[in-house]
Amino acid sequence: MSEEKTPENAVSFAVKDCALVSISTGVKAYILAELLEHLREVEVGCLYYHFWARQLRPSFDHPEFHNDFAAWAHRDLHDWILAERLNLIAPHEFRNLEELREELINIIEERVDESGDLPWRKAAAPFYFVKSQIIVLDTGKRVKEPQQLVEIVPTLSQGSIFYHFIDARRRTPDRIDDFRAWFQAFSPQYDDLAAELAAIDPYFLTLTEIREQLSLVFRRYFGVSK
Amino acid sequence: MDGELLARYEAIVGTDVIDQLKQLAHHLQAARVVHVNSTRYGGGVAEILHSMVPLMQALGLNVRWEVISGEEDFFKVTKSIHNALQGHPVEFTEASVRVYEENNRREYEKLKEILEEADFVFIHDPQPAFLITLCPQRKGKWVWRCHIDLSRPYRPVWRYLRNIVSNYDASIFSMPDFTQPLPHPQYIIPPSIDPLTEKNMELPSDEVEGVFERFNLDANKPLVLQISRFDRFKDPLGVIRAGLMAMKFIPFQLVYAGGGAADDPEGEIIYHEVLAAAKDHPDIHILYLPPEAHRTVNALQRAADVVLQKSIREGFGLTVTEALWKGKPVIGGDTGGIRIQVVNHHTGFLVHTPEGAALRIRYLLFYKEKRLEMGRKAHQFVKENFLITRHLRDYLSLMLALISGNGERIEVEARS
Repeated sequence: MSEEKTPENAVSFAVKDCALVSISTGVKAYILAELLEHLREVEVGCLYYHFWARQLRPSFDHPEFHNDFAAWAHRDLHDWILAERLNLIAPHEFRNLEELREELINIIEERVDESGDLPWRKAAAPFYFVKSQIIVLDTGKRVKEPQQLVEIVPTLSQGSIFYHFIDARRRTPDRIDDFRAWFQAFSPQYDDLAAELAAIDPYFLTLTEIREQLSLVFRRYFGVSK
Repeated sequence: MDGELLARYEAIVGTDVIDQLKQLAHHLQAARVVHVNSTRYGGGVAEILHSMVPLMQALGLNVRWEVISGEEDFFKVTKSIHNALQGHPVEFTEASVRVYEENNRREYEKLKEILEEADFVFIHDPQPAFLITLCPQRKGKWVWRCHIDLSRPYRPVWRYLRNIVSNYDASIFSMPDFTQPLPHPQYIIPPSIDPLTEKNMELPSDEVEGVFERFNLDANKPLVLQISRFDRFKDPLGVIRAGLMAMKFIPFQLVYAGGGAADDPEGEIIYHEVLAAAKDHPDIHILYLPPEAHRTVNALQRAADVVLQKSIREGFGLTVTEALWKGKPVIGGDTGGIRIQVVNHHTGFLVHTPEGAALRIRYLLFYKEKRLEMGRKAHQFVKENFLITRHLRDYLSLMLALISGNGERIEVEARS
C-alpha cells in the first residue's frame, strides 16, 4: 500500500518507484495446443508479466494489443478472432491471477472448439513464457495534500507512474489507481477529481503520456497554469 | 558520485531516469562489482563495458573491469566455442578443453583475490566462464552474461559449457529466444547503445552533409542506407535487388556500407559479389569501411532518409537501434531482435523479401510526413527502451533481486 498515517492522523501518500526484471522460464509454445497446456502449469508470475508488465519493459509503447497472448495470436498464429477476444481481457477485473488464468484458458478452449486445425497450426515464432520480479523502492517522498500532486507528478519516473497508476489496480481493494484510492480518505471532497482520473485509460497510453495526462488533470483541477 | 557524467546523460534521458538509477544504486553503495571479459577494445561487449563501468562508478558503486589475456591458441579455441554456440559445427577436442581451462587457470591466479572478495561478478561470454569452477571460496553472486544467440547451439560444445555455467547463480540473455534450459534464473536484459559515444552522439550538420561529397553522393537525392558487414545473413544481395526494384518507381541512391570481420574469410568474397550485383549502377554505392569508422557510420546514418537492415538472421541488431535513435525509420528483416525494435507503421516495417523491402522503400520515400513522424517515434522508442541508462537500470535491479531472494515482489525501504 502507498498510504500511511501521519502524526496528525491525516493520510499521506507515499511515493514509490519500481523497476522490473524479466526472467525466462524456458517454457515456449509453437502451437496453440502447447500454449494451452503450458498455461495450465506456468507460474502465475508469467501472467503478471504478459498482462501487466508490458509497459515497464523494453517494448513498443503503442501496442495494438494489450497483452502478449493477444499479440502472439495476431502476429505469429495469424488467428485474428482469437487475438481480438484475448485482447478484450481486462486483467484488473479479476480478483487474482488464478482467475485471470482461468479466463484465458476458457477463451482459448472456446476458440479451439470452433476451429479444427487451429490447435496444431505452427506459429511463425514461438511464444516464450517469461516471469518478472518487481523491485519496489520507497522514494521517501510523502505527499500530504492532493494539491501537492501538481508539483510532484511531472517529476515522477516511469516506474512510479507504473506502480501508482497501473500496478495499483492489482493491489488496491477496489482495483483502482493509488491516487483515487488515496482520495477516498478525503471523500467526498475529491470525488470529481477521482472521476476525471478514472477516465484516463492506461491501456491506450504510454507511461510518459499517462504522466502528462495526470499532470494536466491535476493542474486543471487545482487551477494551476503550466 | 561523478555528477558531471551523470549530468551529461541526464540532459538526454531526463532527471527522472537518473533519479531512479540513484535510488537503485543507493542500496548497492558498498557493493564490490567485477566485470570480466576477454578484450578491452573492439566488439560489442567491450563497447558496452566502456560505457557501463564509468556509469556504475559515477553512481557510487565500487566497480572493476578485468580483462583476461591469452595466447593465440586460447583465442582460437574460444572463437570456435563462440561459433559453436551460434550453431556452427566445430572441432572441439580434449586438447581444446585443455587450452581453454589452462588459460583460465593462469588468469585466475592473477584475479583470485578480487574475485573471491567481490559481491557481484559478471562474467561476459564463454572466454572467462571457467573461472567460476576455480573459485570455490567465492563470497558473492556470480552471473554469466551471454551476449550470444544460444537458441541453436552445436550440442557437443554446449554440453561442455553448460556444465560450467550451471555453477553460476544466474545468467543474462538479450532475448528469451536466445536462452537454453539452465538450473538457475535466466534474466532477460536487451543490449543498448550509448548516446554519448562517437557512433551515436549528435554531429555538426556540416559533418553530416559532408558525407555526400566525401563518398561522391548526390546531396539532392534521397539516401537509403544499410550498414552491415559483408555477410550472407545480412542479405546484401537482397538489399541491392530491393534497391534496383524500387528505383524503377522513385529516384534515390542506395548505400551499402560495411566491412568484414577479421575472422571471416567469406567477407571478401561477398563484397565482390555485391559489387557485381550493383553493376556499376550510378545510384548504388558500396563502401568498405574500416572497423573504427564509428563517426562516419554516425554521419551516414544521420544523412540517410531511410535505413535498411534486411537481415535473414540477426542477433539483437544494434545497427537498427542506432538508426532508430537518429530518427530514421527502419525497414528490417523479420528476425531476431529486429522484431522487437521495428514495429510496422510506427518505427518502420518488417519485411521478408527484397520485394517487400522495395515496396516499403517506395512508401517511405513517397510519404515524407509519415517518414518523419515514424522517425520521431523511433527516436523516442530508443530513448525509453534501448539506451545504456535502461541497461544499467536492469543490471542494478537484477543485483537487488539477487540479494533479495526469489519473491515476485521485492520491497526496498526508503533511503535514509
